[in-house]
Amino acid sequence: MCAMKPEQRYEARSGPGGSGGWKAVLTPEEIRRALSRIAHEILERTHGGEGVVLLGIPTRGVPLAARLAARIGEFEGSEVAHGSLDVTMHRDDLRLRPARALQRTEVPPDGVDGKTVVLVDDVLYSGRTIRAALEALNELGRPRGVQLAVLVDRGHRELPIRADYVGKNLPTAQREMVRVLLEETDGADSVVLGQQAAGEEADPR
Amino acid sequence: MSDNSNVYLIRGARVLGGDPGDILIRNGVIEAVGPDLEAGGAQKIDAAGLIALPGLVDLHTHLREPGREDAETVETGTRAAALGGFTAVHAMANTEPVADTAGVVEQVWRLGQQAGYADVRPVGAVTVGIAGKNLAELGAMTDSAAHVTMFSDDGHCVSDPLLMRRALEYVKAFGGVIAQHAQEPRLTEGAQLNEGEVASRLGLAGWPAAAEEAIIARDCLLAAHTGSRLHVCHVSTAGSVEIIRWAKSKGWQVTAEVTPHHLFLTDERAENYDTVFKVNPPLRTRQDVEAVREGLADGTIDAVATDHAPHPVEAKEAEWAEAAMGMTGLETALRVVQEAMVDTGLLDWAGVADRMSVRPARIGGSEKLGHGVSIAEGAPANLMLYDASAGSEAVDPKTHASKSRNSPFAGLPLPGRVYATFLRGVPTVLDGKVTK
Amino acid sequence: MKRHLISAADLSREDAIEILDTAAELASVSSRPIRKLPTLRGRTVVNLFYEDSTRTRTSFEAAAKRLSADVINFSAKGSSVAKGESLKDTALTLEAMGADAIVIRHGASGAPHRLAEWVTGSVINAGDGTHEHPTQALLDAFTIRQRLGGPQQDGDGHRGTGLDGLRVTIVGDVLHSRVARSDVLLLSTLGAEVTLVAPPTLMPYAVSTWPCEISYDLDRELPKSDVVMMLRVQRERMTAAYFPTVREYRRRYGLDVGRMALMPSRAIVMHPGPMNRGVEIAADVADSSRSTIVEQVGNGVTARMAVLYLMLGGAEENS
Repeated sequence: MCAMKPEQRYEARSGPGGSGGWKAVLTPEEIRRALSRIAHEILERTHGGEGVVLLGIPTRGVPLAARLAARIGEFEGSEVAHGSLDVTMHRDDLRLRPARALQRTEVPPDGVDGKTVVLVDDVLYSGRTIRAALEALNELGRPRGVQLAVLVDRGHRELPIRADYVGKNLPTAQREMVRVLLEETDGADSVVLGQQAAGEEADPR
Repeated sequence: MSDNSNVYLIRGARVLGGDPGDILIRNGVIEAVGPDLEAGGAQKIDAAGLIALPGLVDLHTHLREPGREDAETVETGTRAAALGGFTAVHAMANTEPVADTAGVVEQVWRLGQQAGYADVRPVGAVTVGIAGKNLAELGAMTDSAAHVTMFSDDGHCVSDPLLMRRALEYVKAFGGVIAQHAQEPRLTEGAQLNEGEVASRLGLAGWPAAAEEAIIARDCLLAAHTGSRLHVCHVSTAGSVEIIRWAKSKGWQVTAEVTPHHLFLTDERAENYDTVFKVNPPLRTRQDVEAVREGLADGTIDAVATDHAPHPVEAKEAEWAEAAMGMTGLETALRVVQEAMVDTGLLDWAGVADRMSVRPARIGGSEKLGHGVSIAEGAPANLMLYDASAGSEAVDPKTHASKSRNSPFAGLPLPGRVYATFLRGVPTVLDGKVTK
Repeated sequence: MKRHLISAADLSREDAIEILDTAAELASVSSRPIRKLPTLRGRTVVNLFYEDSTRTRTSFEAAAKRLSADVINFSAKGSSVAKGESLKDTALTLEAMGADAIVIRHGASGAPHRLAEWVTGSVINAGDGTHEHPTQALLDAFTIRQRLGGPQQDGDGHRGTGLDGLRVTIVGDVLHSRVARSDVLLLSTLGAEVTLVAPPTLMPYAVSTWPCEISYDLDRELPKSDVVMMLRVQRERMTAAYFPTVREYRRRYGLDVGRMALMPSRAIVMHPGPMNRGVEIAADVADSSRSTIVEQVGNGVTARMAVLYLMLGGAEENS
C-alpha cells in the first residue's frame, strides 16, 4: 500500500530543514510567542475559554492543539478540552492520490455538542482541508460555533474560509512551499519557506 | 511413365539423427537411401541439418467429428497432425454420435481418406455410447472398412471390472486391444486437479493418483488373467509407471502411452485457474513428470500420444469447474518431446522414432499400412523431416491449423520445427506449411 | 495493496495491518449517530452473488453504503445468469455499467480470478467455492486483535500491531472451508500460530504444506488456545462418509461448556456463521460472554468498509 504519511512526502523532497533552498521564516521562539498570543485571543473571544474544544487536524494540527490547550491552562489554571479530527474521508482530492491511511479522530469525552470548537491546523492555504474538517465535524455533533486557528496563513484561498486566529500571515507565491516543523513530529520547531522545483507537484494544501 | 512429379530427392538428411545422406522417393516408396544419390528430374529437397524420422503415429487424437465440428473436423485435425509430423492418427471414439458402430467408424475413416493429410485410424468405443454398460459391436467395427483394432471408452473409464474382463477377452478373437482410460470414478467424483499441495491451496477437489493407479493395477491383472492385450492411455503418475513396469516384467501384454503435456507441465500451472491447463488426467507434480520421463526413456512407457483435445474458446472461458478438460497437442508434440526427452539426454532420435512411430504403429495396428517402418529401401515413404536446431520460438496457437486454440504451450519457447511430412511419398507439409 | 483482493495471500503483513488500523478508525465512525461518510460518492460497487448469502451480501452492502458508494446487487437468481449467461458475459455487462468494484460470491473456486481477467475494476472475493473468503479472515483478525491484541498504547488502540504469538485453533470441516483457508493465510501472516483440528477425512490432502499445525485431538489443543474458531459442519457430509454420525462428530469435535472450561480464562470462541447449534457448537457456548459471534458480524461491516476505502478511496496506483 503506498499511502504516504505527510512527513514522508515531505522528506522525499530535498532537505527542508537544511540549506537546499529552504529559508526559516519563524524561529522556535517566534512560534512559542505566536501560540501564546493565539491562546490569549482564544481566551478573550470565548470569555475565558468556557466550553471550548480544541481539535487539531492531523498531522501537525494535533500537537499544536495540545500546546494551545496547555498554554490556556497555564494562563487560566485549568486546561481546555482538546483532541484530534481526521478529515481524510472528507477530502475532495482523494481521487488524485492513492488511498491514505486514516489518522486518529479523538474527541474529548464531553463531545462537541453545544461547544465552541476551535479547529487547529499548521498552515492555511486553499481552505480545502478546513472545508473537509467542517464536514467531518458535522458528523461528530452540533457545536455552538466553530472557529479556526492556524500557525501560518499563506494566502491563495480557493474557498470562502478565513482564520479567526493567525500566528503569522505569510504572503507567498504559489510556487513557494511552506513547511511547519514541530518538535513532536519533526524533532525541532521551525517554519520554513522553499521554492518548488520545476515540474514538482503543486503543494496539495 | 516418365512423370517425375512423384519423385523426390531429399538431400543431406540425418536419418534418425545419424550421418547425413540422401533419400530418394519414387511413387510412394523409398527407392534408395545413401550418400550422393542422383535422380534426373526429381524434385530436390535440401535437408541439410534436418533429422529424418519415420512418419509419427498418434495413438490418441480427438478429431471431434462427427458432432463437434466447431472444435475440430477430421480435415482440420489431420492438417494439424501433418504439421506436427504425423502420418497416422487414431481418432478417439467419444464423438457425437459415439463411434460405437461400424457406420460411425467408417464415416470417420472415409473423412480421413478424403482429407488426405494423414491416415485416420478410428478407435471404436468399448461400450455402447461409452456408457460403460453394454459391449459395443466390436467385431463389426473390426470387420468394417475402417478395420478397427483398438477400442477405448476414452474420456470415461471402463470401470466395471467384469465388463473390462469381457472386453479384454472378446477382442482376442481378432487381435484387438483395449485402450483404457484409467480413472476410478468414485475416487474422482467432482475431481478438478491433482490431489496435492496446489489443489488443496486452490480449493479444487482433489484427483488422487491412486484413482488412476488402482485401475491400471486391476487391468494389468485382468490382462494377465485373460491373456489379452491392454493399452494404458495417458499415464500420468509415478505410481502408474511402477505398476506398468512390474506388469511388463511379468511378461504380460501391457503397453502404455504418455502425453507431451504430462512429460512437461505440472499442476502448478493451475495457479491462476487458467483453464487451458485443465485436463484429464490432470497435470501432476514434478516427481510424476520425472517418473513418466524415466518410464518413456526406459521403454516402460511405449509411446508418446498427444491426447489432442480441441475445445472452442467458450468451453474454456469459464470457471475452472465449468471448463472443458483437454488441450491441443498435435502441432507441438515433437517439439515438446525434444525439449523434455532429447535435449535432456533421456532419449536419442532413434528412441524418439521408436516411441512416436514404431511402437505406436505396432500397438495401433498401422504397420500394415506402412507406418512405423524404417526409412529404408523398399519401405513405404511415410516420413518426416525435422529441424531440431531451429531456435526456440514461442508457441502461438493462433498460427495452428487446429480449429481450436487451447494449447497449454502458448507463449512458451520450444525448440525445433517440423520441416516436411511425407505420406506415401507425397509431401503433406513442406517448409513448415501444408501443401494443399 | 494489490488491485484485487482475491486471496488472503494477496495481503502482506503491512497491508493487513493497514486494513485493521483503518477498520479500527472506522469502527469509531460506526459508533457515532451519523453513519455515512462521503468518501466513495460516485463510485459503483456491484455485489455479484451466485450463491445465496444474505449475511455476506448485506454486510458488503452496508459497508459500501456507509461510504456513500452506489450499490448494485446482481444476484444469479432471476437474472440472465440463471438463463446460462457465462461469467465472462456477465463480467462484460458489469464492466459496461462502470463497476468500480465487483464483490463476487461464487460456488466455483477461482471464479474471482477469472472475473479479474475480464474487468478493469477491482475484484473482491466474497467467497469462492472451497477456496477463500479473505474479508472474513480480515474481520476475524480484527475481532481477535480487538479482544486479545497487545497492551493499549497511549490510547492508540492496537494500531500497527499484528497477532504475534496468539494461538488460534480452527476446528471442523477444513476441507470444504474457504474461511479456514483464508484464516490460516492471514492469521499466520499476522504472526498468530494456527492449529487446525478436524477428523482426517475433513482435512485437505496436502494440509501439511500449509503454514499451520495439524491435530486430530480437540481436547489436547483447547488448553493452549487463545482463540477457538468453530467451523460449520454440514449434515450432508455425513452421507459422504466424512464421519459416521452427527452424534459422533459432536462428541469428538463439538464445543460444549465442558470443553470450553478447558480453555484459558481469557480465550474467546469464534464462529463465521451460520451456526449449527447443537452440532459443532452448543447453544450455551454460542451465547456465552466468551463468544464473539455477534461482534464478528458488526466487525464484518467495518472490515469491509476499510477494504473498500483502501481499494477505491484513492486514485489508482501507477495511473
